[in-house]
Amino acid sequence: MTQPKESLDSSCLEFSNVTYRYGSVDALSNVSFNVEAGDFFAVTGPNGSGKTTLVRLALGLANPTAGEIRLFGVPASKFDRWDMVGYVPQTMDGIHTQFPATVREIVAHGLYKGFDPFGFWRRGRQEVVERSLEVVGIEDLADRRISAVSVGQQQRALIARSLVRRPKLLVLDEPEAGVDAAGQEQLYSVLRRLNTEQGITILMVSHDIGAVLQEAKTVACINRTVVFHGPPHHMTQKEISDLYGLPMDVLLHDLMHEHR
Amino acid sequence: MPEIFQYDFMVKAFIGGILVGGLAPALGLFLVLRRLAMISDSLSHVALTGVAIGLLTRTYPPIAGLGATAVAAVAIETVRLRRLMPGDAALAVVLYSALAVAVVIISLADGFNVDLFAYLFGSILTVTSTDLWLLAGLTVIVVGFVLAFYSELSQSSFDTDLARSNGVHVFRVNLALAILTGATITLSMRVVGVLLVGALIVVPVMVSLRFATGLKIALLGGVAVGVGSALAGLTIAFYANVAAGGAIVLTSVGVLILSMAAPPVLGRLRRLLRQA
Repeated sequence: MTQPKESLDSSCLEFSNVTYRYGSVDALSNVSFNVEAGDFFAVTGPNGSGKTTLVRLALGLANPTAGEIRLFGVPASKFDRWDMVGYVPQTMDGIHTQFPATVREIVAHGLYKGFDPFGFWRRGRQEVVERSLEVVGIEDLADRRISAVSVGQQQRALIARSLVRRPKLLVLDEPEAGVDAAGQEQLYSVLRRLNTEQGITILMVSHDIGAVLQEAKTVACINRTVVFHGPPHHMTQKEISDLYGLPMDVLLHDLMHEHR
Repeated sequence: MPEIFQYDFMVKAFIGGILVGGLAPALGLFLVLRRLAMISDSLSHVALTGVAIGLLTRTYPPIAGLGATAVAAVAIETVRLRRLMPGDAALAVVLYSALAVAVVIISLADGFNVDLFAYLFGSILTVTSTDLWLLAGLTVIVVGFVLAFYSELSQSSFDTDLARSNGVHVFRVNLALAILTGATITLSMRVVGVLLVGALIVVPVMVSLRFATGLKIALLGGVAVGVGSALAGLTIAFYANVAAGGAIVLTSVGVLILSMAAPPVLGRLRRLLRQA
């Protein structure tokens, strides 16, 4: 087994000339980027640009048609320290509307370390679970049904679930989707704290260009291939309008103003 | 001893009812939560094919049923994994293929007869000790499976990608769940009938999901409603002299309707009392 590098200067996630073909089209074509440890790396792009595909590739849920993906220096196909990678999927609208598990039970899924014949009898109320609930600020919702709390609170529960595993890298797929403005602010403040205080590297795929420009340290704009890669304030208006079309111009203008 | 327990067939029926009433919702919870409740319908018809083969070859029908449902379970899960067709379409294809095979075999075996009717709708008079021993063995396996793989079942019902990224072998869990569901349906046939057993997989779970906060509570609640419906239904069937399978399922449906109607009615009553 190749040991993952854990030194601070190492790269958490590296895409080298990655292509992913879905049917006869390239969902991603020749994509290269590097997520350094400690980064808050945002990936943005229009619908159908391959954002979710990128997440699935990074998590080893799909394999690239060509190119190479490395996690902590290890090729994704050989990587087996998935406990170092936390995953927060896009909103849970696939979930049964009456899903009965409590927020705490879902967060305790993070404790899973492989088959445990006595898993049913283990208590979910463990210190690391309670602490993760506190970090994301939903400790008072722990005994509520996961299906009965707001989408923003569900997202924070899923973040807590991945924190239980003490990840080095947190991968989030459009965490803001379906979350109201107040909920989004709470969400981003949690992510900011995790990144700056706990040194967790964040890879966030997002639609929300405003939040991306405000929160991220590095941005990659993709539209099947990488259109822009660098710090957000280096992004030009032209790149954004090329990516999203005209309506984004107006919005971007205000945001860039605010940023400078 | 009350009259009802003086009959050997009723004692057998109660044992069978308790086992089926507990087994079906224990697996059903995880099927309902992954929106796969209709798999029980498809597997029921596959079990029917097994029965037809058994009647044609004059062998013990549940054996062919166990084999047929296991093959169908593997086929359904493989189609779902490979995304060869939408999940619900795959279930429909399996259902109608199985039904067609059953009809052809039944016509070969000299048409419909009383035996077949007993498997379709259950017949507690025909429950044998062999049926009960097989059911008891299956109960041990299912209880062991649900307890040992509780976390895997719970995670993969919640979100398959999350479960996979956590190291859960979702396909294997799904496969085991489908095969055990097929076995439960097959061995439940004589108690509730192949066309009705699906109700016990879904209805008690729907009652439980209305009230339970916590997955373990939902699991135990579903099992309790299933066992309770079986006991009450069999008692009603005995005294009212009606079909046991129908009585059991109607009891569980009655509980579901009550559980849906009671909270609003109680709430209104409480408000009326407060005003008075």
